[in-house]
Amino acid sequence: MAGKGIRIEGLKKRYGSGDTAVDALKNVDMQVPPGEVVGLIGPSGSGKTTLLKCLGAVIEPTAGRMTLGDEVIYDDEWKVGDLRALRRDKIGFIFQAPYLIPFLDVTDNVALLPMLAGKSNAESRQRATELLQALDVEHRAKAMPSQISGGEQQRVAIARGLVNRPPVILADEPTAPLDSERALAVIRILNQMARQHETAIIVVTHDEKIIPTFKRIYHIRDGVTYEEAGEGRGFE
Amino acid sequence: MISLAGRDIMHAWGKFVFTGVGLGLLIGVTLSMAGIYRGMVDDGKALLDNSGADIWVVQKETLGPYAEPSSIYDDSWRGIRSMPGVARTANITYLTMQVRHGDRDVRTMVTGITAGGPGTPGWPPYLVAGRHITRGHYEAVADIAGGFKLGDRLRIRRNGYTVVGLTRRMVSSGGDPMIFIPLKDAQEAQFLKDNDAIRQQRRRTAANPAFNRPQVPGLVDSVIASQSTNPYVNAVLVQIEEGHDADGVAESIRRWKRLTVYTRSQMEDILLGKLIATSAKQIAMFLVILSIVSAAIVAFIIYTLTLGKIREIAVLKLIGTRNRTIAAMIMQQAIALGMIGFVVGKITATLLMAPIFPKYVLLEPLDSVRGFVAVVVICILSSIIAIRAALKVDPAEAIGG
Repeated sequence: MAGKGIRIEGLKKRYGSGDTAVDALKNVDMQVPPGEVVGLIGPSGSGKTTLLKCLGAVIEPTAGRMTLGDEVIYDDEWKVGDLRALRRDKIGFIFQAPYLIPFLDVTDNVALLPMLAGKSNAESRQRATELLQALDVEHRAKAMPSQISGGEQQRVAIARGLVNRPPVILADEPTAPLDSERALAVIRILNQMARQHETAIIVVTHDEKIIPTFKRIYHIRDGVTYEEAGEGRGFE
Repeated sequence: MISLAGRDIMHAWGKFVFTGVGLGLLIGVTLSMAGIYRGMVDDGKALLDNSGADIWVVQKETLGPYAEPSSIYDDSWRGIRSMPGVARTANITYLTMQVRHGDRDVRTMVTGITAGGPGTPGWPPYLVAGRHITRGHYEAVADIAGGFKLGDRLRIRRNGYTVVGLTRRMVSSGGDPMIFIPLKDAQEAQFLKDNDAIRQQRRRTAANPAFNRPQVPGLVDSVIASQSTNPYVNAVLVQIEEGHDADGVAESIRRWKRLTVYTRSQMEDILLGKLIATSAKQIAMFLVILSIVSAAIVAFIIYTLTLGKIREIAVLKLIGTRNRTIAAMIMQQAIALGMIGFVVGKITATLLMAPIFPKYVLLEPLDSVRGFVAVVVICILSSIIAIRAALKVDPAEAIGG
């Protein structure tokens, strides 16, 4: 487990400068080993989204250190030249809304990522099909996103997040639009995928329904994280 | 790699095709404008070709007979015919006027041709129906563009004419259909006044003591008789003998006959450079305006389509899509839109606009190729604004917050 997953130490993010500077992240420490799903909980304005953007290499932190697997990706500055390739190959994203590409069918929505990474169309679609099978949406493989239900869309989005087998997945309120049953189903799937693919998954959520399912929870308040043991057993 | 542009187009093909059709109508108008210009040039060349002349002899220091009025004596041809290198000569008159055809007036160029036969300069080189003029008066050969049929009766000034033959593509440089009538009739038509004017002229001549002298009986009648005839034609058309140089023969006529003489290339310069120059500039201006409007519309459409996909573009960037993939998607869509527009425009110009347009529209294949290249270039340039907007999209927008 050591050397894998994601490790964040002393991460800081300041917006602006001088009198108008805002410290969105003051001191964030997190460690998520492969195969584990952790919750990240906090009130509005606590810095959740900023943290997610820093972890996703979308915005640059001000200071701190981030290690992904064995690779230090940030140490007071980016250590990776191509952040877009880093996001494509090593970080999976699952959003609050599925945000599937509306003009691609279900299979191609998932297969697009490996194609962007240079895999052949056949190999990409094969990998997409395997994941769609695992997530029980293979029967909608040729459907367009507008033709499938919200729950199915979210499962396709999960497949997209997993398809490049990234070491870490960032899930931004993935169950918000779902009812209890479907929300729990999504968390169950995330746990299964985390174990199967040795993936570290961070789930940002407000959703009371799923909070009890996490074994570990990170609370964030005023830009500072606190770790707490959760009640959940991660659907083991 | 799948084609993102192609998938997006196929996903919303109706919107895309309708937009392309709208753009195509604009491109159709643009192509038609180019076709109208080509048609004007072709009309001018057809006029020169159909005259069968190698050289035009006109009034001194005029650009006649097409670009300016020209008037020379109708016996000038005899002297010209005797010049070395001249094979045939023929008087010709041109008069653009309204001709009464049934209940309607038709704008035509009435052409007076000298007696002769097919091959005589000025005669229509071929007929599509009927026969050539064989009588000295009141027969006409007319172009079918005027809507004439064999046996139709035309009224030119006070005289009636029967259409005995029909031609095709015999038009003036302005596109008016030509009507060929005997030269004497045409000279009369150019000169003929109404009865009141004739009576008034006779009275004025008789009242002039210089013409009505008591010691010279018959003088006033002679003067009146000379006033009642038209000894002028607009030009003499000349065919040169084989082996002679048109410039050399023209220079010889210029020197000895003290008339202005134009060769074929000089006449073409006058027609294209002077007679239709203003129209050509107007059309060129329209072409520029339409191209700018087309570019603005393509830019606006592509920009709007791109703005409608901001969230998808943010997601694509977040999941690692390269900028060039996104730029290619937008540019390919712009080019596809332009191609649809071009196809629709070409069909519209060829099948809808050209047949019903009142002027001759000549759509040349090379112009279509140029138009296609211009459309593609315009679409590429127009997509730059949308591409800039897309590349500015922050991938963080997909995360929200």
